[in-house]
Amino acid sequence: MKKQNEKTSIFNRLSDTNLLLTITIVIFFLMYLGAIIFQGGGFTKPQMLFNILNSNAALIITSCGLSIVMITGGIDISVGGVVALVSMCCAVYLDYHDGSILGSILIALGIGLLYGLVQGFLVAVLDIQPFIVSLAGMFFARGMTTIVNTAPFNVEDPEFTALKDTRIIIPGMGSYTRKGIYVPAYVEIGVIVALIIVILLFMVLRFTKLGRSFYAVGGNKQSALMLGINVRRTKFLSHLICSVLAGIAGYVYFLHVGSGSASHAMGMEMNAIASSIIGGTMLTGGVGNIIGTLFGVMSLCTIQAIVSSAGLDDAWWTGITIAAMLCIFLLIQSVVMAQKKKK
Amino acid sequence: MEESRVLEMRGIYKEFPGVKALQNVDFSLNKGEIHALMGENGAGKSTLIKVLTGVYSKDAGTITLEGKGEVHIHSPQDAQNCGISTVYQEITLCPNLTVAENMFIGRGKGTFTNWKEMNREAEALLKKLDIPAKATQQLANCSIAVQQMVAIARAVDMDCKVLILDEPTSSLDEQEVEKLFGLMRDLKAMGVGIIFVTHFLDQVYEVCDKITVLRDGQLVGEYEIKDLPRVQLVAKMLGKEMDDLSDIKGENGSYEGTDQQEKIFEAEGLQSNAGIKPFDFFIKKGEVNGFTGLLGSGRSECVRAIFGADKVLKGKVKMHGKEVKITKPIEAMKHGIAYLPEDRKIDGIVGDLSVKDNIILALQVLNGFFKPFSKAQANAFAEEYIKKLNIKTASAETPIKSLSGGNQQKVILARWLLMHPEYLILDEPTRGIDVGTKVDIQKLVLELAKEGMSVTFISSETDEMLRTCSRLIVMRDRKVVGELSGDDLTQNKIMSTIAGESSV
Amino acid sequence: MKNQNILKRLVSNQLFIPLIALILLAVINLVNDPGFFKITLGTNNAGNPVLSGYLITILDYGSELGILAIGMTLVTAASGGQDISVGATIAIAGSAMLRVLCGGNSRPETIQAPIIVAFLVACVVGMLCGAFNGILVAVFKIQPMIATLILFTAGRSIAAWINNNELPIVPDPKFSYFGGFIPGIPIPTTVFIVIGCIIIIALVLKFTNLGLYTQAVGINESSARLNGINPTAIKVLSFVILGLCVAVAALIKVSRLSTINYSVVAKDIEMDAILAVALGGNALSGGKFNMWASILGAYVIQFLTTTLYKFNVQSDALAAYKAVVVILLVVFSAPTVREYFRNMVKKLAPARKEAA
Repeated sequence: MKKQNEKTSIFNRLSDTNLLLTITIVIFFLMYLGAIIFQGGGFTKPQMLFNILNSNAALIITSCGLSIVMITGGIDISVGGVVALVSMCCAVYLDYHDGSILGSILIALGIGLLYGLVQGFLVAVLDIQPFIVSLAGMFFARGMTTIVNTAPFNVEDPEFTALKDTRIIIPGMGSYTRKGIYVPAYVEIGVIVALIIVILLFMVLRFTKLGRSFYAVGGNKQSALMLGINVRRTKFLSHLICSVLAGIAGYVYFLHVGSGSASHAMGMEMNAIASSIIGGTMLTGGVGNIIGTLFGVMSLCTIQAIVSSAGLDDAWWTGITIAAMLCIFLLIQSVVMAQKKKK
Repeated sequence: MEESRVLEMRGIYKEFPGVKALQNVDFSLNKGEIHALMGENGAGKSTLIKVLTGVYSKDAGTITLEGKGEVHIHSPQDAQNCGISTVYQEITLCPNLTVAENMFIGRGKGTFTNWKEMNREAEALLKKLDIPAKATQQLANCSIAVQQMVAIARAVDMDCKVLILDEPTSSLDEQEVEKLFGLMRDLKAMGVGIIFVTHFLDQVYEVCDKITVLRDGQLVGEYEIKDLPRVQLVAKMLGKEMDDLSDIKGENGSYEGTDQQEKIFEAEGLQSNAGIKPFDFFIKKGEVNGFTGLLGSGRSECVRAIFGADKVLKGKVKMHGKEVKITKPIEAMKHGIAYLPEDRKIDGIVGDLSVKDNIILALQVLNGFFKPFSKAQANAFAEEYIKKLNIKTASAETPIKSLSGGNQQKVILARWLLMHPEYLILDEPTRGIDVGTKVDIQKLVLELAKEGMSVTFISSETDEMLRTCSRLIVMRDRKVVGELSGDDLTQNKIMSTIAGESSV
Repeated sequence: MKNQNILKRLVSNQLFIPLIALILLAVINLVNDPGFFKITLGTNNAGNPVLSGYLITILDYGSELGILAIGMTLVTAASGGQDISVGATIAIAGSAMLRVLCGGNSRPETIQAPIIVAFLVACVVGMLCGAFNGILVAVFKIQPMIATLILFTAGRSIAAWINNNELPIVPDPKFSYFGGFIPGIPIPTTVFIVIGCIIIIALVLKFTNLGLYTQAVGINESSARLNGINPTAIKVLSFVILGLCVAVAALIKVSRLSTINYSVVAKDIEMDAILAVALGGNALSGGKFNMWASILGAYVIQFLTTTLYKFNVQSDALAAYKAVVVILLVVFSAPTVREYFRNMVKKLAPARKEAA
């Protein structure tokens, strides 16, 4: 009897969040499988997966932050700009001002924190539409990046290059890579940072009161207020977390590319939103999952990898494929939710 | 006596732009007492509750709690901390969270959520209260009644001194209501003071100890239940003024054209996607009829289906005996049907637009996209109806949202009258507006009928329906269950029809 | 007493804010460089008489923005959101126009189709893009800014794809008249195009119910529906009209250079268009609108841009300054902030009375 109860409860637990999460994970594996079948070669090696992670660690971090804002029912499109601003500021600090690594990390966190405080204040306290606030934030960050330094340049600080080139060998993958490949699999520091953040945020969303209040506020702001949740504080914190994560992502991005440029991370906010949505975060708020977001990023990047390995002109086609994927997932959400409402 | 007071509200004032919602209202609640708060729609019950729970801030007055002295409640959180819990008519839970979470979120200290413990406690509480839900289920997957009960479970579990139930029974069936009453009595025995807001007189006399009656934002009085028979309660709620118009129907006479037997509108097996059973309906020229039934019985949904406001699923519709197609509001309007919606704020007014634009809107749409009225024409229309209906507004250019509720309603009425409809549907036209305007509207309805307009009138106040309608369609559980006319049009007969044979 | 009333009416007029901004900018420029307002008649490379001066530059280069402001105002009013894909759709429409004019050849000797045909194709493309956005918003109920994010990302890629990522050059000098000067007329052609657009929209607003319907839908969609208006159609229509505006703006943009650069054409123009609507005192959350205030707002933005250039601000850095303006604007128009100020005035008022 008891067992049966549990069974039904598990089935009932396939709530909005888990339903969309399941769709995402299934699609990711189908896609990767498709890539292996049709593109073969590269996609069978674990390093292919690790390379995707290496070059997209920053995107994972920004997407996670964005997911939190979106679960709370907001949006933040300034994250790409913040990433560019952080990498430029850090680059200038390291090379022109002969700064230390620690100092540059503090700069990255500081920029993120400042952005979070201002945007959070405007959205939560003054009740201004988050899209407008972060649109201005995006343009401000892009503009500031050029004001800080116009020309793109590579950082040559030796300490930094050493850190940049640090590779973490994955011993566990040895057994997989033995099949013909003698180079050990590796990831960069950024990936470790990203994974720690993913786990941390997953815990926060699942097991803390703050995390649950993000969901509550996104689900129904008015009800959340009635249930005794401090809605303003929750909204403020969601933006704060998102911007601080954008700061961290900026540093991880910087660590990966090792340069500062006003054109860095162009359209990253777009990719982050797309990843979150593909990962099952509802635009209307209240539904979403960090693990889903991780898979969303991986799906997106796998598509990009497929597009580029298929020999299509990279820059143009990725834009179109991402937009198409975003469009499809938006429509799926719209239809799924309309169906649910009918019920 | 004094020691057992848990809550004392004195001299509460609350004013909204254009409306004095509460004027010098007193309210007190004793330990272990179930206290009904009664009044018509718009009497100020909800406002008083919202002042008490910190949703609105009061303009003047004091709130004193037992053991705490005077308290200042600025938010629902403050109210919770003071031991005041509320269950609202509309569900104020988060549909995307689980049942257990909805019961425990926003409470207690600490940073972490202990899912195991929370689910266990929730499961225990659900079992204790006999609520058919799993703690781990997503709330959106539960029925509305269960959601309501989860809200009550949450309030009950919060160790409250004052429990406010704001029309919690309107979405519950009889058994569920009984269960709730059992629960209320248990809580009463535990010394909780309960404020019970409801529309159902039976329920008041079944569980309550005391009644406080409000009318038009003012306190009428506080009574022991045994000292106040039903008839007197109704009289207190409606007020003396109502006597003046008890016979407006007789004064006016009715439409006497030769075509008074012609059926203007006829529906057969009409059904919309709003969850009503298919129904038949007709109205004759110059007739005033009405849909009656409890809240949520489907009366609004019926008229919405007639007007094409909800998606019509099936059914035949005839105008003047000829079959027509009405699936969208514009089609209904083209056939001369007008519909004044139930919720003025959500479906009626276009807040930022001027009184003038609000008046001409429907006729303008009917006139066509490419034929806007000239300024002079529009102004003439607006002035005509502002005068005719005695709408109190600074000018025709004033945004409608700055008018009082009654005047807003008159503007919406003007909008539809300007269209010169053959058939006018009024859904709760008198809700939340002052007594004077109510009488105006009722008189207007009868005058229009005399001139040959067919009117369907819906009101929560049976008295009002009895005064205006010559035929009533009675609804229960989203189904038409009877029709009353002539000598059957009495309060008792309506009540027994609504309740069904079993309870007669 | 009467003076006070006039002042009050002036302040409450929607044109007040953009006018004040305009005057402020004018004064700054006058102090900085008294020659700012000088207009001279000279000749251009082709030997035609042309007017030149900062004011002419503002009028000329503000044209695209002024035209977009028309459509953006309608979209904002009807949907309560903004279309952020206008820059990208200008690229698409412009690219389609080039494709028709050059026939897929990147260096044609003569134009392959009449200019009017190319323009009409661009109009259709622009309207299709608008309809795509409009349907996502109105039918699938996706927030406007997110829905338009799709074309915002894909637009420039699609534009490049239309011409196989080549940059064709239109050989016919007549084509450059639209973004430059018609021989013999010293006033930029764009000024006439804008005036034409303004006249058309004025006629549309006067002889149709577009204004009333759009506002009714934007303020209370449910109520509008019960009054017989089809909110879905009105929302899609507003996006389609914006698409038409985009096509006209694309004509000017492409004509200026006789070619297109997919990644930079009309870059950041969405920001300016939204800013123009906000500066015109229109609520970004939709509802009531004032078309003329938006158009005036567009020229104020261009004035600001020109002024910033004059102060040697780099074009890439412009965005930062404008972002500050946007934030200041939305902060001061936010209901909570207004409430705060109103309360402060109330508090101050009795004090003043006592002092008197």
